[in-house]
Amino acid sequence: MSKKIWVHAELSDGKITNVTFELLSKALDLAKEMGDGAEVEATLIGTGLDGEAGRLAEFGAKKIYAADDPRLKLYSPVTYAPILADLASTHSPEIYVFGATAAGSALGPTVAARLKTGIAAHCVDLQLNGEKKLKALVPSFGGKVIGEILCPGKIPQMASVKPGIFVKKEPALAPKAVEKVDLRTYAKLLDAKALEPVSAVRRPPSGLPLNEAQVVICGGFGVGSQENWNRLEELARLLGGAAAATRPAVDEGWTGEHTMVGTSGQSIRPKVYIGFGISGATHHICGMNESGVIVSVNRDEEAAIFQVSDFRVVGDGSVILSALLNAVKAEME
Amino acid sequence: MEYNVAVCVKPVPDPKHYDKVTIDPVRKTITREGIPTLLNPVDKNALEAALLLREKHSGSVTAVSMAPPNAAEILREALAIGADEAYLLSDRAFGGADTLATSYTLFHGLKKIEALRGGKPFDLVLCGCESADGATAQVSSQLGEWLGWPHLWNVFSLEETGEKAFSIKTKLENGHMEWNAKLPLVLGVARELNKPRFTSVMGIMKAKNKPLTVWGREDLPDAQDTYLGLKGSPTQPGEIFTPDMKRSGEVLRGTPEEIAARVVSVLRANGVAIGG
Repeated sequence: MSKKIWVHAELSDGKITNVTFELLSKALDLAKEMGDGAEVEATLIGTGLDGEAGRLAEFGAKKIYAADDPRLKLYSPVTYAPILADLASTHSPEIYVFGATAAGSALGPTVAARLKTGIAAHCVDLQLNGEKKLKALVPSFGGKVIGEILCPGKIPQMASVKPGIFVKKEPALAPKAVEKVDLRTYAKLLDAKALEPVSAVRRPPSGLPLNEAQVVICGGFGVGSQENWNRLEELARLLGGAAAATRPAVDEGWTGEHTMVGTSGQSIRPKVYIGFGISGATHHICGMNESGVIVSVNRDEEAAIFQVSDFRVVGDGSVILSALLNAVKAEME
Repeated sequence: MEYNVAVCVKPVPDPKHYDKVTIDPVRKTITREGIPTLLNPVDKNALEAALLLREKHSGSVTAVSMAPPNAAEILREALAIGADEAYLLSDRAFGGADTLATSYTLFHGLKKIEALRGGKPFDLVLCGCESADGATAQVSSQLGEWLGWPHLWNVFSLEETGEKAFSIKTKLENGHMEWNAKLPLVLGVARELNKPRFTSVMGIMKAKNKPLTVWGREDLPDAQDTYLGLKGSPTQPGEIFTPDMKRSGEVLRGTPEEIAARVVSVLRANGVAIGG
C-alpha cells in the first residue's frame, strides 16, 4: 500500500483556511520526494462540507475524510481529537500535519497524545531524511536556535506549522473523493456537556490580511507614540499593504495582537518589508526574514535588525516615516 | 465550596537574553551561560488565576514542576507568590523528555499528590499556555489527555457561572471562542487572563516554611519507563544550528527626503504600485 501524508484541513467560518492550502502544497512536494506512489490526503471536520471538500481536492488531496455533522460546527478538542485520532489509527498515515493556528496548536498535540506519537511544534520547515522519515525544523529560544526533530519509531510523524511558512501553490487538481466518517460511534461524545463550544466570534477583516500583503510596514517600540502609529498605518494603506507590529508596540497599546509578527505572532513574507524603530529581537526576525526586500530604520546603528536588512537607515523613525509618507502622497497626486 | 488547583510551572532562561544563546560547535549543545533562570512568565498568570479562586472560595494551590534540581528556586518563588505547597519532579530518568513524556510525568506527579491527600482529586490544573524557551505550547493539551479531562488552550477569560462551572474564552487569530465548561479541566492560560501580583517580602518570608517536596523516579512507581524521559519520548532531537539570516545591507544616507525618495524607488523596483 502506498504511503500517505495527511493534512488536517481547518475551517474558519466554514471556509478552508489558507494555511491548509500551504500545507497541502508542501505535502505534495514531500509525497513526490517520498516516491513509491505516496499520496496526500486530508481530514476535515465541520458541517456542510461538500463544497469545501472539493477545494481540498483542487489542491491535490487524493482523498478527503470528512466528519460532517451540525454538532461539529465549532471546534472542540473533546469531539475533534477522538475522531481524528481514530481515523489515523485506522489508516496509518506516515506523516500528519496541522496548521499551528489557535485551534490547531491545541488539536495537533491532543491527537498526538491520543496516538502516543510525537509532534514537532511550530516548524519552520519539513524535510525528509535519508530514510525518508520526517525531519522537522523547529525554532527555540525565540528562533535563535533551530533544532531538527525526528519521530523515528512511531507513526504518524506529526508536525504543526504556522500560517505563512510555506507558499501556497497553484491548484493540483485531484478528482474529488470524499469518504464520510461514520459518526454513530461518537454519539455520546457529540452530546457530552462537560465542555461545550458556545460561539466563535471573529472580527470582520480590517484591510488586507497581514500574510497576504505585498508590502508590510512594521513598527516597534521606537515608533514612539499612537500619533506616529496612525501615520504608519496610513502609509501601509496608501501603499496597498498592511501594518504590522512587534511585541513591545502591541504592549504599548498602539495596535492589537493580531498584527504581531514573530514567533508568538504571524510569519510573513511580503515583497517589501519596511521596519521602523525595531531593535530586531530574534523572535521578531524569525517571523519576517523570508521577506523579499527588508528596509530598516533605527536610531541605533548597532541594532540587530540591520544585520538582516537589505537597506539600512540610521535615523529617527518618526522623521523618516513622515518624509516617506509625504513622498508617497506626492507620488500619488 | 473549595477549589484545589494545581499549577504546572517551568524554569526558563530569561527571554531578554536569548540573543546570547549560542551553540557549542563540538558538543552540539546549547550554551546558555550567564543567562539567569526565571519562572516562565505566563506561568505567573496561571498561578494568579489559581490564587484568585482560592481567595474567593477556599481550597489550595499546589505548584508542580518537572525540571532539574535547581528548579527548586522557581518553586520557592511560586510559594512566595502564594502557592501553599510545591512539588519538584526531578530525576535523570525524566531528562530529555519531549512534551508527551513531560506531560506524562506531570500526570503521575499529580496522581501521586492526589493519592497522598486520600484520593481527593484536583478540580483544576492550570498551565501557562507556552514556555518562553521551547514554546511548543503542547504540554497543557497533552496533560489533559493523560488525565482524561477536557482541556482548553490560550484561555484569556475565566468566569465562574455556577458551582465548579465556568464560562471561558479562548483566543483565535481574528477573534475568540466562548465555551461552557464544568470542572475538572486543564487550562493553558494566556497572559491576557489577568495581571500577576508581585512577590511581597512577607510572601518570601512565609515561603521558607511552606512544604517543597522533591520526587524522583522511584517516587512515581506507577509511571512506566516506556513513556519517561528521552527514551520514552516519541520525538528525538537531531542536529541543532543557528540560522544564518544575515543580509549585506546597503546604508541609505542623506536628508530624510533623499532617503524617502530612495525607499520609494526600492518599492517601485519590487513591483509596488504607487499612485496607480
